[in-house]
Amino acid sequence: MSALTDDTLPASPRAVRDEMIVFVVMAALLAIVPATGIYPFFVMQALCFALLACAFNLLIGFGGLLSFGHAMFLGTAGYVTAHLLKVGQISFPYWAGHWVVIPLPPLSPELGIIGGVLVSALLALVTGYVSIRRQGIYFSMITLALSQLLYFIYLQAPFTHGEDGIQGIPQGMLFGFIDLSKPTILYYVVLAVFLAGFLLIFRTINSPFGEVLKSIRENEPRAISLGYKTDQYKLLAYIASGTLAGLAGSLKVFVAQNASLTDVHWTMSGEIVLMTLVGGLGTIFGPIVGAFIIIAMQQYLAGFGQWVTVIQGVIFVGCVLAFRRGIVGEVANRVGHSL
Amino acid sequence: MQALYAQLLVGLINGSFYALLSLGLAVIFGMLNIINFAHGALYMMGAFCAYFLLNLAGIGYWWALIIAPIAVGVFGMILERTMLQWLAGLDHLYGLLLTFGIALIVQGLFQNYFGSSGLPYAIPDYPQIGDWRGLQGGINLGFMFLPIYRGWVVIFSLVVCLATWFLIEKTRLGAYLRAATENPTLVRAFGINVPRMITLTYGLGVGLAALAGVLSAPINQVRPLMGADLIIVVFAVVVIGGMGSIMGSIITGFALGVIEGLTKYFYPEASNTVVFVLMVLVLLVKPTGLTGRAA
Repeated sequence: MSALTDDTLPASPRAVRDEMIVFVVMAALLAIVPATGIYPFFVMQALCFALLACAFNLLIGFGGLLSFGHAMFLGTAGYVTAHLLKVGQISFPYWAGHWVVIPLPPLSPELGIIGGVLVSALLALVTGYVSIRRQGIYFSMITLALSQLLYFIYLQAPFTHGEDGIQGIPQGMLFGFIDLSKPTILYYVVLAVFLAGFLLIFRTINSPFGEVLKSIRENEPRAISLGYKTDQYKLLAYIASGTLAGLAGSLKVFVAQNASLTDVHWTMSGEIVLMTLVGGLGTIFGPIVGAFIIIAMQQYLAGFGQWVTVIQGVIFVGCVLAFRRGIVGEVANRVGHSL
Repeated sequence: MQALYAQLLVGLINGSFYALLSLGLAVIFGMLNIINFAHGALYMMGAFCAYFLLNLAGIGYWWALIIAPIAVGVFGMILERTMLQWLAGLDHLYGLLLTFGIALIVQGLFQNYFGSSGLPYAIPDYPQIGDWRGLQGGINLGFMFLPIYRGWVVIFSLVVCLATWFLIEKTRLGAYLRAATENPTLVRAFGINVPRMITLTYGLGVGLAALAGVLSAPINQVRPLMGADLIIVVFAVVVIGGMGSIMGSIITGFALGVIEGLTKYFYPEASNTVVFVLMVLVLLVKPTGLTGRAA
């Protein structure tokens, strides 16, 4: 069990104060981005994926569970938020030919986000209940299969518009007075949500709950013998991770203004894993660094077609064979304490 | 009724591919402790190998059936020697991530050069004996029309599956292999070269995948992504059946193919999802899988 961490994590205790300093520096750097002339759309997109990768890292880095289906939360929350913002009306069949229709007008941004997050929390509860019944490698295969199941459902469901996706989503006024269609305002809203989500994960990791999670990762039988109901802890961690991944998915709708099948596909799940692996599994800041690198790479190499896939594969192989600590993990190892 | 039998046959064919692939996954997992995510990509390479042999060297189907699994198997053994062997002793997850990366590289390269559309591969029309033209044409069985090639795929896959079962469960080599799965250190102490067995096992598993690829080339066309979605279904098959028993993998593979075929006839909307739904049901009722021991 512990082979995952022997090699990757520094043994020294967390230096929470140093980590907070890094956090403040990071927040300050991100806050001045609009003044530097960097394309804000790119940074917003990277921030959404950074939150997603951090949520994924909560599960693998601190719970030892490798989910290969995290795209399902990104895609589900995205579809729900996009649908609520653009159409509003909810209808689903309950018996052959009969439909329940809840007539709703297009909703405001905050209600759209709440809807997306609630649905992904529910999805995490259901899929988590099924998938934590098996451990290790089986857990990865089950989450992958479940996300593929959802992919096929979304391919056929009428409200997702199949291959076309939901396009042209209105950004609207957050709380009635914050105009999200202005790029600078949207940027700070995305940044605020990202920082809040990050702090929540940071707090979770450093809480007693996080300590129990780490003990499960290191040695589950021992955690059980100490009286912890490890299945409940794993399920809670899975739900927390899925819900935060859903938040990232809802947020991404405002940036990209569409929701499509790409976000539910297994290649997306693979990219989430890659971001976290490049940055450093089980590090605090690794997923953020990884997300920025992978998103930047996709931007610059967009013209090279399938070579992007090949390069991603090469990075996967290289990281696993020679660079298992990832960038931040490597730095943390040099500096001598956790990051 | 014709349509029902036709879908049952399609189900049996898909079931043969599930069986051949999950069998390979199970054998590889037993020896290497790795879930081979590259299995789908190697299945695709088998089909492409047959395509290249025909179009570049003029070597037909029957030789491809032998050459392609060996060629891809050798490629697999090189992968094992150069990369996978360094993961021994690490967490299982790294094997999954490494082979996922290999799958991305292989599929990306083939997509670059061959796009995403399918390349045709004809059903062989030789040997010609009397009215028989190789595996082309079909037989009227009275209740249905059976295309000969499809019947051939089902029967040949079944034979290969049973031969693999026999090799592992009933021969001396298989006994070494099973022993090395249980306790590699002890088997090495008896003077058996376990690392070489591991390499050969990976080659065998990969060869089975390539064989399935050659068999599927005339039916499904040759596409760079032909294995990408298939491997996820096969993962679900493996979760349902468990990787503890060889015969279990074979039976689960064929059974799920048939169930999928029946679903295509009775409720086509669910034919893509039925295997995943069954996986959820099995996990709720019997979390260890149908034949598996506790993982």
